[in-house]
Amino acid sequence: MQLTNRSKQVSNKEMTLMERAYLPAIATGLAITIKHFFAKKVTIQYPEVKRYLGPVFRGRHILKRDEDGRERCTACGLCAVACPAEAISMVAAERVKGEETLYREEKYAAVYEVNMLRCIFCGLCEEACPKQAVYLRHDEFIPVFSDRDQVIWGKDLLVEDMNNRYTREAWTKEEAHALDAKRANGEVTNVVPRAIP
Amino acid sequence: MNPTLSFFYFLSALTVLSALMVILSKNPIHSVLYLILTFFTLSGHYILLNAQFLAVVNIIVYAGAIMVLFLFVIMFLNIKQDQEETKANIAKIAGAIVGGTLFVILFGAYRKTLIPSYNPNQFDSQIGMIENLGKMLFRDYLLPFELASVLLLVAMVGAVMLGKREIGERHF
Amino acid sequence: MELTEFVIKTITIVVVFALTLVIAMYSTWGERKVAGFIQDRMGPNRAGPGGLLQPLADAGKMFFKEDFIPALANKWLFIAGPSLAMLTALLASAVIPFGSTFRWEGHEVVLQGVESNIGILYVFGVVALGVYGIMVGGWASNNKFSLLGAIRAASQNISYEVAMGLSLIAILMMSSSLSLGEIVAQQHGGNWNIFYQPLGFIIFITCSFAECNRVPFDLPECETELVGGYHTEYGSMKLGFYLFAEYINMFVSSAIISVLYFGGYNYPGMDWVYNQLTAALGSQTGHNIATLIGTAVFFGKALFFIFFYMWVRWTIPRFRYDQLMNLGWKKLIPLAIFNIIITGAAVLFLKPLITAWLN
Repeated sequence: MQLTNRSKQVSNKEMTLMERAYLPAIATGLAITIKHFFAKKVTIQYPEVKRYLGPVFRGRHILKRDEDGRERCTACGLCAVACPAEAISMVAAERVKGEETLYREEKYAAVYEVNMLRCIFCGLCEEACPKQAVYLRHDEFIPVFSDRDQVIWGKDLLVEDMNNRYTREAWTKEEAHALDAKRANGEVTNVVPRAIP
Repeated sequence: MNPTLSFFYFLSALTVLSALMVILSKNPIHSVLYLILTFFTLSGHYILLNAQFLAVVNIIVYAGAIMVLFLFVIMFLNIKQDQEETKANIAKIAGAIVGGTLFVILFGAYRKTLIPSYNPNQFDSQIGMIENLGKMLFRDYLLPFELASVLLLVAMVGAVMLGKREIGERHF
Repeated sequence: MELTEFVIKTITIVVVFALTLVIAMYSTWGERKVAGFIQDRMGPNRAGPGGLLQPLADAGKMFFKEDFIPALANKWLFIAGPSLAMLTALLASAVIPFGSTFRWEGHEVVLQGVESNIGILYVFGVVALGVYGIMVGGWASNNKFSLLGAIRAASQNISYEVAMGLSLIAILMMSSSLSLGEIVAQQHGGNWNIFYQPLGFIIFITCSFAECNRVPFDLPECETELVGGYHTEYGSMKLGFYLFAEYINMFVSSAIISVLYFGGYNYPGMDWVYNQLTAALGSQTGHNIATLIGTAVFFGKALFFIFFYMWVRWTIPRFRYDQLMNLGWKKLIPLAIFNIIITGAAVLFLKPLITAWLN
């Protein structure tokens, strides 16, 4: 049975004098390595240069607001149920009169916390959400923790900033690069990665 | 005292001391290392005599090759200090008598010997240089030199014979 | 000895010493950089521009680590091991001629630590002693893996010393001198030994790879068989000294290769440059600048061979131990003896013919 047409018959034949001399083989090897020595390097200088990870990359969470700036989350708890790592916890509260501009539904999450040490960034919360409230950003990571206090992210970090809304505008690498170029020229200013406190 | 002479005394003291330590130290590894030090001080003596070639060859052959093999074997033997069995008194007495007799004979022999001395005015300080040594070996002492090389060749062939694998089943 | 002479010699020796150390230090950086480049990476580039401060960072790390001595180790010999390795490595650079001469107000200063009429034998003797650092350290660790690694290293070094010495003899037969300065001077005018001794050069460079314990002969340390080899128990700067000694050995052997086979500080068109410089700048400044160019050429050659060591390291897989021994004893030694015979025949019969034909 032939699985691939690149397979080679193994042979145990005597080496020729040229092969036994070993030096021509070394010269060939040295030629290969020196070619790599002058080849273009593949390294990406990470903290300075960041590679575009694609439109479906699952980075840090965000709690979306709607067009009027009201929080979408209704604290139904489906995301917490869906979460395989049990990273999400919330406390629901009822909206009182005068808070209609803050919360879209009559019930909202007074506390919404994600334990970033537990989270495995699987994106099941995103899929479970019936209100399109929770998303995993494609453009931002969780920064490195240096303290346990920084592990649990509350609403202060998670809820979207209306001045700097999260949209997923680029869906291909080329679009992303074009967007990056535009952003560098100052033509597009709406999606600037937020400085995380 | 001129610096050469004081250096000679220092080197001689070091030589005697390290040679004594070869037989006095309990640990065989230390003995070997002291022996190597002795070879170095001897090379120092050769350099004082302006025999640089001899000094370096002494280091290459003795310190660099033979003593390494010594060290090799002793490291493998792994002799521990506490495993040294106490020797019988009779052996100690016999050793003392033999050693003492040898010392007396050597002392007597040396006392009677006339050490050939050089006239410092006629002494050629370049005699130990490699060019002169080579000329001496290949002109005046050609036969002994070649015979010694044949002896070494025979020893080498013997070593190869001993090291050859025997025909038949391998046991290791 | 005159005082000025003493001062001049002291300065020369200190400069040679410092140069050896600096080059060895930057070889560690170079090794990592070359490794990176050959593997399509960048290599160290964070500490200073292009990672140039990396050796300092490494040294700082080594110095501040805990200086640990195992409880059952032989304390003095454990310390003596790396010291001996470092000592023997540094000794060898004393006789290497780095350039011709410097002229300063009537003084003629030779750019060489010690001019000796047994230079090459001295280097060979010091190289032979390099084994002790490894053996003593390996034994004093009181660890079976260290001992086995030390013994492997020692037997490898002894075996390859033989072939190395034999390949040297062919050079000595041609130059009829043991002085390195003399050997370099004889190669003046493109008369490099590599053209006469290609086989000897290949044997010599192979043996120097083995003597420096470099890939493809880096058998003394082998994670799968011997943990870390002879320096398993070592840490902190004592380990640093072992590794550093290896790099110094690499520099010394590169320098020796360029002295013996590639004409040292000689380069094509050297006389023309010398005449131009002395005509333009006078016999002192011109001479000194010509010497500096020659020294730069020498270091260029030596650094190329250091690069070659690294280049080979990332090209050839290591030998198995029996292959190593077979190569040393059954191939290189007969080849070296064959080379001696050919050289002897050529010196005896071919050289008079050629000189007669040229005249």
